[in-house]
Amino acid sequence: MSGAGGQVAVAAREVRRHFGALAAVDGVSLSVNHGEIFGLVGPDGAGKTTLMRMLAGVLRPDAGEIVLDGVDVLADPEAAKARLSYMPQRFGLYEDLSVDENIFFYAELFGVERKARKARAAELLEAAGMAPFRRRLAGALSGGMKQKLGLVCALIHTPTVLLLDEPTTGVDPVSRREFWGILYSLRESGVTILLSTAYMDEAERCSRLALMHEGRVHDCDTPARLKQAMPGVLFAVTAPDPRAVRAALEDAPGVLGALLMGDRVNLRADSAARAPELAARLHERGVAYGDIAQVEPGIEDVFVALTGAGAA
Amino acid sequence: MNLRRLLAIAYKETLQIWRDPRSLAIALLMPLMQMGLLGYGVSLDIKRVPLCVYDQENSQLSRGVVNRFTSSDWFREVAVLQTDRDLRAAMDHGTCLGALVIPVNFSRTLYMTGQDSLQVVFDATDSNTTNIATGYAQGIVAQLDADLAANWRGAHGETARSIGTVDLSSRVWFNEGLDSRNFIVPGVVAIILSLVGSQLTSLTVAREWERGTMEQLISTPVTGLELMFGKLTPYFVIGLLDAVFCLGAAAFWFHVPFRGSLFTLVLTTALFALVVLGIGYLLSVRIHNQLGASQIALMLTMLPTTMLSGYTFPLDQMPEAVRVISWFVPARYYVTILRSVFLKGSSLLDMAVPVIALLVYAAVIIRAAARAFRKSLD
Ligand SMILES: Nc1ncnc2c1ncn2[C@@H]1O[C@H](COP(=O)(O)OP(=O)(O)O)[C@@H](O)[C@H]1O
Ligand SMILES: [Mg+2]
Repeated sequence: MSGAGGQVAVAAREVRRHFGALAAVDGVSLSVNHGEIFGLVGPDGAGKTTLMRMLAGVLRPDAGEIVLDGVDVLADPEAAKARLSYMPQRFGLYEDLSVDENIFFYAELFGVERKARKARAAELLEAAGMAPFRRRLAGALSGGMKQKLGLVCALIHTPTVLLLDEPTTGVDPVSRREFWGILYSLRESGVTILLSTAYMDEAERCSRLALMHEGRVHDCDTPARLKQAMPGVLFAVTAPDPRAVRAALEDAPGVLGALLMGDRVNLRADSAARAPELAARLHERGVAYGDIAQVEPGIEDVFVALTGAGAA
Repeated sequence: MNLRRLLAIAYKETLQIWRDPRSLAIALLMPLMQMGLLGYGVSLDIKRVPLCVYDQENSQLSRGVVNRFTSSDWFREVAVLQTDRDLRAAMDHGTCLGALVIPVNFSRTLYMTGQDSLQVVFDATDSNTTNIATGYAQGIVAQLDADLAANWRGAHGETARSIGTVDLSSRVWFNEGLDSRNFIVPGVVAIILSLVGSQLTSLTVAREWERGTMEQLISTPVTGLELMFGKLTPYFVIGLLDAVFCLGAAAFWFHVPFRGSLFTLVLTTALFALVVLGIGYLLSVRIHNQLGASQIALMLTMLPTTMLSGYTFPLDQMPEAVRVISWFVPARYYVTILRSVFLKGSSLLDMAVPVIALLVYAAVIIRAAARAFRKSLD
């Protein structure tokens, strides 16, 4: 399955794109290997969609280079398009066409043989749990089913690179699990997947991650190594009023960052030895808390630590 | 160009038209409505047309004739005139739309020579009303004729010679070159085709942008030309079907005489359809929203077509500047062609100028539309 590009399926170098004065993508370089599930992680407005569009050849960069499966996307976008499939963030299929009609349409555009189409459509729909809905109009499908249909249409021509822009946003947990099931089996068959996500828990499932913030990619590594690379240690402080805890400890000595996580605060500190100190400070200020425990960082903590993004 | 992709687009577009009530209404109902509306004039059921009566004879027979007119549903008597000058004044002031004029020796001439004529004069500023009112008058006179003949035979036996006929000579004032229905209806076909063709295609690309389907579409290997011809194909078929309907209605319903060749008619109609579809498509590519594109399409096609194609307002009576502008209105050429084919039976060669003008127009528009499409979100 690996094409003319050798090991690297997608390579971007110093890619830039401005909208007026705003640098939506501000010099991004990354390289995705064949057979990876590569995640582009970042909050809304980070520039994920803009980058994805440029990789898919539907938006021209102001500067930079993009090579996809050995094809220079800027020089020959049409050759690149024959090898990739792109699923936009906004649902891009025809709501007034049925499931089967959408699949047929995309199969024809990619010149899929009719026999191959029938077999592949049946197989993909089966895997997506959508076999009973083939005659339903796409507009009448649930959010999760729409996304799975998008994936089926994207896969009908067996692309080498799959670009998915926030494919599971707004999708129910069951559909999300099924969706990931399909992605894993695709990786088995050698398809390279590059997806963007704003869900940090989903990021953990990727083989490698790029952390994107304000148009830049800050770090690019496996989830495990990114966690190791996070400076300092992480404490989780449970409390009835986590905001009060954050207010009390935010600027305590040795505290590098504080992140509200529902019923607790994730505190990043320069050393594990700070725990008693922090507890004393809470006592002193009369702030109620349940427990202070050192925990493994999640991707969200890593993201905040490495990109310097303001705590949400 | 890849035929398979082109057909995939055409098929998809057909399904969408079929499932979109708005497109269907434009494709199917609009021609029907417009044909009725424009073909018959705005006021279709004209009744009780105000009529002045100028009975110069004032005999029993002539009073009977007047009665036939005024007691019908179609006319009502508004004034009785005594002199020719009265007649002129009444028409000038718009007291009545028409006048029934019975000549001095109407009955005598009728009995002696077996023939005489009534005259109905109409203010033909509103040519549609005039057409319809003339039709009513003809009906009444035909009935009168038949009754007179029957009476005559009743009184004189079967062998007697027939009384002869009353002719209705209808004259129109104020609009000497009255556009008859024969003249107008072919123009109506041009209007309908402009309207339907450009309206339908103006929606087609804009809809993809609006609904967010364009982004995924341009990430496939489909080319701009495949997209254009794929999308235009179903609309071209619809346009031709609509044209067949309208042209058929013109010939068989409105009885516009058809003297030309069907081949010439179909060929030129296809050419004009290409022009209007191209205009709509071009707008749709340029303007990424359906409402904007369809409104500009309406302005760009309907307005010039109704005003500047010579369909109702004769071009040779317009100011020089307006006439120059009309050279840029494609419907102008098509209206000219339609009238020539219908009424004069002209061949392609006879109409070389307008046919070539349409050809050039089609080529320019389609080329512009093809170049306007960018496979990019920029
Ligand atoms: N077509 C556009 N015109 C103007 N600004 C845009 C456009 N697309 C994106 N942006 C801006 O660029 C930034 C990055 O957007 P986007 O790539 O959509 O980020 P993300 O997908 O990570 O949410 C945002 O500030 C957004 O407002
Ligand atoms: Mg986005």
